[in-house]
Parts: sequence; structure tokens; C-alpha cells
Amino acid sequence: MKKQADLKNKPAAEKTEALSLNDDRRVKVLSPTALVLKRFFRNTLSVVGLVMIVVMFLFSFLGGFLIPYDEDEIFYTYTDMKKNFVTAEVNDRYRYLTTNSQTYDHDAFEKALNDSKDRYRSGGMEYEIQTLGTDLYLIRSNNADVAIEYKEALNALDTSQKFSFDMTKAALTAHAEKSPRFSADGSDYTIDADGVVFENNTPIAVVSRFIVTSKENGRQIPLGFRNELQKAVENKETELHYQDENGTEYDYSLEYKPANNNWDVKQGKSTYVKDTYSKPSKAHPLGTDSNGMDMLTRLMYGGRVSLVIGFIVVFIAAFLGVLFGGISGYFGGWVDNLIMRIVDIFYCIPSMPLIIILGAAMDAMQIEPKIRMLYLMLILGFLSWPGIARLIRGQILSLREQEFMTATEACGISVHRRIFQHLIPNVIPQLIVICTMDLGSTILTEATLSFLGLGVKFPFASWGNIINDVNNSFVMENYWFIWIPAGFCLLISVLGFNFIGDGLRDAFDPKMKR
Amino acid sequence: MWKFILKRLALSVMILFCVTFIIYLIMRCLPSSFVETQAMTLSQAPGAKPYAEWLDQLSEMYGMNQNVFAGYFGWLKDFCAGRFGDSWVYNVPVIEKFHETVWLSFIMGAISFFFEIIIAVPLGVIAATKQYSKTDYAISTLALIGISLPSFFFATLLKLFFAVKHQWFEISGLVSRDYLLMTPSQQFWDKAMHLVLPIVTLTIVSIGSLMRYVRTNMLEVLNADYIRTARAKGLSERKVIYHHAFRNTMIPLVTIIGGSLPGLFAGALITEQLFSIPGIGFASYQAMIKGDIPFSMFYLTFMAILTLLGNLISDILYAVVDPRVRIA
Repeated sequence: MKKQADLKNKPAAEKTEALSLNDDRRVKVLSPTALVLKRFFRNTLSVVGLVMIVVMFLFSFLGGFLIPYDEDEIFYTYTDMKKNFVTAEVNDRYRYLTTNSQTYDHDAFEKALNDSKDRYRSGGMEYEIQTLGTDLYLIRSNNADVAIEYKEALNALDTSQKFSFDMTKAALTAHAEKSPRFSADGSDYTIDADGVVFENNTPIAVVSRFIVTSKENGRQIPLGFRNELQKAVENKETELHYQDENGTEYDYSLEYKPANNNWDVKQGKSTYVKDTYSKPSKAHPLGTDSNGMDMLTRLMYGGRVSLVIGFIVVFIAAFLGVLFGGISGYFGGWVDNLIMRIVDIFYCIPSMPLIIILGAAMDAMQIEPKIRMLYLMLILGFLSWPGIARLIRGQILSLREQEFMTATEACGISVHRRIFQHLIPNVIPQLIVICTMDLGSTILTEATLSFLGLGVKFPFASWGNIINDVNNSFVMENYWFIWIPAGFCLLISVLGFNFIGDGLRDAFDPKMKR
Repeated sequence: MWKFILKRLALSVMILFCVTFIIYLIMRCLPSSFVETQAMTLSQAPGAKPYAEWLDQLSEMYGMNQNVFAGYFGWLKDFCAGRFGDSWVYNVPVIEKFHETVWLSFIMGAISFFFEIIIAVPLGVIAATKQYSKTDYAISTLALIGISLPSFFFATLLKLFFAVKHQWFEISGLVSRDYLLMTPSQQFWDKAMHLVLPIVTLTIVSIGSLMRYVRTNMLEVLNADYIRTARAKGLSERKVIYHHAFRNTMIPLVTIIGGSLPGLFAGALITEQLFSIPGIGFASYQAMIKGDIPFSMFYLTFMAILTLLGNLISDILYAVVDPRVRIA
């Protein structure tokens, strides 16, 4: 009684006094979990690993919410595409137009002209050259027009329009004679001093040596553009800006082709296309991929897929491993023998080749990407439980010989509870360590498969199938932003899990010095 | 000892039987394999027979019309008799293709294994003797990075740096375009230059686990009582570590190295594929994704045999190297 009273009085008196050496209050009591955590956080590498994993998780799961884009949102852009527009030429040789498609000997005409003859024979026919103006000749035979030879041609402003022989002849003649109007094929036309032909005050053609042709039918060549082009060609410019009557601006590039003695005019046309492999910019910090999707977003969603697959696979493996390992270790005898032989068989199956075969088969069956992801998880999980089962069995074999298990037996606790409530909790440390390590290796396996194109498929992103783009060597050499970030994400996650696993192993080990 | 080996052999044969059956079952049950693809191609030729007829004909030709069990036992009989069949993809006997490719893989594996050992063992020992020092942290981190490095990513980085940016080594393949015009010594050099990057990849990717293994075992030995005794009787630290501790670390090391020797023949599936090295890994990858059953079966069985052989060798070596272990 006195002692107790002493003890009760003591605290008041002792406030300033040191505690006695064997006083419980001197000792800070830590639970085993707290001890493990303390040891874990004292290890620099494991803390670094934890930070890496937390960062990757935030990046993948939170990032997906924060970023304004969707996983498979395709971006488009306007790009300047040079398209062939017209060909321009300053004509310096004779061109001709025949009345009908009969054979006409142009060379014979040139020869006659060179020899200053006004008559020539060709193919048994007699031809007569009639001068209509400078460099403008009419070829007649038997008092009928055969052809017209000219250097200044009649250029239609609408390239789909073809002028008849009579029309061409009348227009060229009118231009040569400087007469302001002419009529052909029952229509009346006016022509000004520059050779522009009007029909009802609308310009339809130009008589000029400057010939603009187009390979494409129906190309409209406005008069203004024609003049600008002519000026540009005369000044030997390589670029031309032209604003049409609607105010739309166009860029043209001019290129002289010596072989044909003409200028290739290309129109810069902005086209709406998928924004593929765009360089990193403010809108897309890591650029866009081959489908015009934002790389950063793909990376985040890919992280989700990779991490979630890792966790599910390890969960399946751990579940099967604990179940079979527990049963095997607890019961021993033939059950143990049977399960361990199954484990041996699984160990012996070459898993990577098998997964590749299964992946190729799923390719052939054209399984939907979503279902395929599910199968992939099941296959990977089913192939990786034996390692866990073996570990659990070994632990349980030694644990079941200990006194506390005899105690549970003496208390009459059911077998089910003995295994799952008394044995399994004691193997949790080893289980956590092996699961953490397995997480890393599963993520690697999944990434390798996706890289080979046998794992997660488009439209789903995974770090592996993002790197798959390097199979195109142009991407590998020029677009680092496509594959390097994904590779580092992968490395950081796997490394993080391995660091944590390593740190946990040390922390759980009671023999550890620190 | 002999009894133990015989028992293990018998067990290995049983396991092998089950494994091959499972693999055969999977290969046979997968749809759209080689035969279907082939029938599809043939039936699309102008004026060809319909798909179903081709399928029947080809199935009979390739022995696919039997049921799985009959097919498996037929395969097993042939396999045991040494008839491995003809590869469907390569159109040559499986064994011929195997001979053609396996030695290249073995050379690659052996060289990288050699480098792995001469790099990993000293580093592991150093890390263990200087536990918790900066050196230890650096080595452990490097080992973990090696384990965590995705081989395809690392190989691509190597390619980008050494083959594209600097062009010191070749990007892929085994020989250059002008290989046939070279003298034998140049040909050898050419092949060697092509193999540098794959071997570096293989070494770096697999060096980490060996390094960690050495470190863990060395630490265990260093904590043993006889090391304390050795120190107590005044031996130099050098002698303690390299004479007493390292020799004991050699025991698990020799077993694991012996156990991984058969694996050298297995080829590197991913690395060979990445660098287009025509080894056994590359050949079987192509065969597997095209559903070539004879070649895939042969390769998978070969791999299973290698695994079992490796386990057996390491068990036997354990007994041979460590006098304390006696197997009844």
C-alpha cells in the first residue's frame, strides 16, 4: 500500500527529476509496423523510390483529369501544301490549230516559212500560206482553211473552255488588225488593245504570247492574276502573292523548268490535316504522335493502363499464390507434392514465348482491344503465381512447426482460420516484398509485349505501345519526344517499385543493423 | 548421389511430358494459325479452290486433322525418335534451321555472360564489403537500374546514340551489304562490329540481378561467425575478404552460374528481334507469330529442357562445391 502511495505521489515530485533507468516511460514503445516504417524511411533509396511511384501515380491518375484533352482526341491543323496550279510559258515558236483532226504537217510549214515560200507541198497536197498579221498565218488548201499558225495564242481564262477554229481565227485576226470587235460562231465579241477578249463585257480570253495552261480542267485564271503572273515571270521572281476579288490571299511559287522552257506555278493551299508528329509546343508540351494525338495525354493514360495492369496481374498472382502456397504448406503430404509439381511445371513453361504465341493468336482472332487487355492480365497473372506459391509454402512450412500453431490447434480453431488468420499474416512481409518486385517486372513484361505489338493495342495507350513507334526508324531518329519520355516513365516506375521492394525487404528484416 | 540424380531426371522427364502437352494443347487450340492463313491466301488466288477445300487439304497435309491427343502422341513419338519435322515458315527441317541459328545465339550469350560475370562479381563484392557507403549505394542503384531498364528502350537508345548520331556501330543485322566482297578477316570484323550493340544490351540488362545476388551472399558470409574469428585472430582485411569470405561466396555463385549455362543456348528473344540478329530467338519469334507449330514446339521444348537441365546442374554443383551438403 505504501509503495503504491509512493508511486502516486511521485509524479508530482518528479517533474524535475530524471526517470529511473528501468522505468517504462523512458522507453518509447513502437509497434512492429512503426518499426518497419521507421527503418523504411531511414533508407534513402526506398524514400526515393516512394517519391518516384507517387509522382508517377499523380502524373497518370491526376494528370488525366487535369489535362484538357481526351485519351484518343485527334488534333488537326492547317498545313501549307504546294499544289500544282498552272504552267506559264512565254511562247516563241509557232503553234497551230487545225479545222479538223486530219493529219497536218507542221514541220513542212516551218520549212516553207524559213525558205520564204508561200506555197508548199506535203503528203501529195498543195498548201498555200496566207499572212494574216505578224507571226500569224492561215494555211489553205483547195480554197479551204486547213490550219492557223500563230505565236500569240488565244488563252481562255477558264481552262475548261475550248475555242473553235473559227473563233480562234477571228480573235487572232482581229488582234493582228487591231479591230475592236469581231464575231464568230454567231456571237459578237470585243477585243481591247491588250488583246483581252470580252463577251458581253465579261473577259473570257486573252490573245497573248504569254500562255498559261493547266493540267487540271476548269481552272479559273482571273485576268488580274494573269497579269501579276506575267510580271513576276518577266522579273524572274520565285514567289507571288495574289489577292483575288473576294479578298482571299494566295501564295504561289514559281519555278523555271529549262527542259520545257516554262514556269511551274504552284499554289500554296492550306489544307486541314491530322496534326501528326508536331514538335513540342505550348498546346502540346510533348508534341503529337502518328495519329495526331497529344503525347502528354497519351503518356498519362498509358501510365494508367500500365500501372493498373501491373496491380491487377500482381493481385491475381498473389491471390493464387497465397491460396495454393498456403494449402500446400499447411497440409503437406500428397497435397503439397501435387501442388509443388504443378508449380514445377509452371516454372518450366517458357513464359515469354508462350505469351508471344498467345498474343499472336489474339491478333489473328481480332479480339477487341478492351477484352484483349483483360485476357492479357489473366494470362500474365496466371503465369506468375508459382513463384509466390513457392515462397508462401516455404514460410508456412517453418511457421507451422512453431508453438503458436500448436496453441491454435489446442484451442480448436478451424483449419480455415488457422491458415488464413494465423499463418498468412505472418508471411505478409515476404508477400509484400515479392509483390512489389513483381509489380516492376510485370510492368516491364507488359511494356515489352505492347512494344512488340502483342499487348495493349490502339486506341488504348500504354508506355510500351507508345515506344512501338520507333519501329519506324524516321521517328526514332527525328522525333525524340515521341519515345524518350515514355521510356523514362517506364524506367522510373519500375525502378521505383524495385527501390521500394528493396527497402521493404531490408526494413522487414529484424537482423538489419540499422 | 547417383540415386538423387536419377530421381531428379525421372521427375524432369515427367515435368517435361506435362509441359510439352500443355504447350501442344495451346498451340493446337489457337485458331487462325498457319494453316488457316495459308488456306486463306491460296483460296484468294485467281481460279483457286474455295477456302474450305484448301483448309481440309492443308490440314491433312500438316497432320492437323487428328484430334489433339493423337496429335500429341504422334508428335511425342517423332520427337523421341529424333524426327523434329519440317518448319512450316522456313520450309526446311527444323533441326537444320536450329543448327543454322543456335550457334550465333550461343556466341552472343556466352560473350555477354562472360562480361556479366567479370563486371558483376567484383562490383558485388565491393558493394558488400563497403556496405552503406556511397560506393555501395551507387552500385546497388546501378544494379537496380539494370534490372528495371526495359531492354527495348535501352537498345533503341544505344542505336540512336551509337548507330545514328555517331555511326560507330551498325544499327541492325549481322552483316553489311558488301559482306560477300570482303576478305575473311574483314568478314569476321564486320560481324563482330554488328554484334557489339546487342551484346552490350544483353549484358547491361542482365547484369543487375547477378550483382545483387553476389552482394546479398557476400553480406551473409561477412556476417558469419568464422569471419569474425578470422578477424579476431588478426588476419589482414584483404585476406579475410578475398580468402575467407569470397571463397564461401563462391559456393552459391558457382551453382547459379552453372545453372545458367544451358540458358546460353536459349537465345535472346527480344534483343535478337530488336537488332535483327538471325539467332535462335529471332528465328523462333518469327515462327511463333506465324503459327509454325513444328518449329515453335521444338523451340519451347528445347527451352523447357534447358530450364530443367539448369536446375539439375545447379543442384549437383551445389553438392559438389559445398562439402557440407550431402545429398542422400
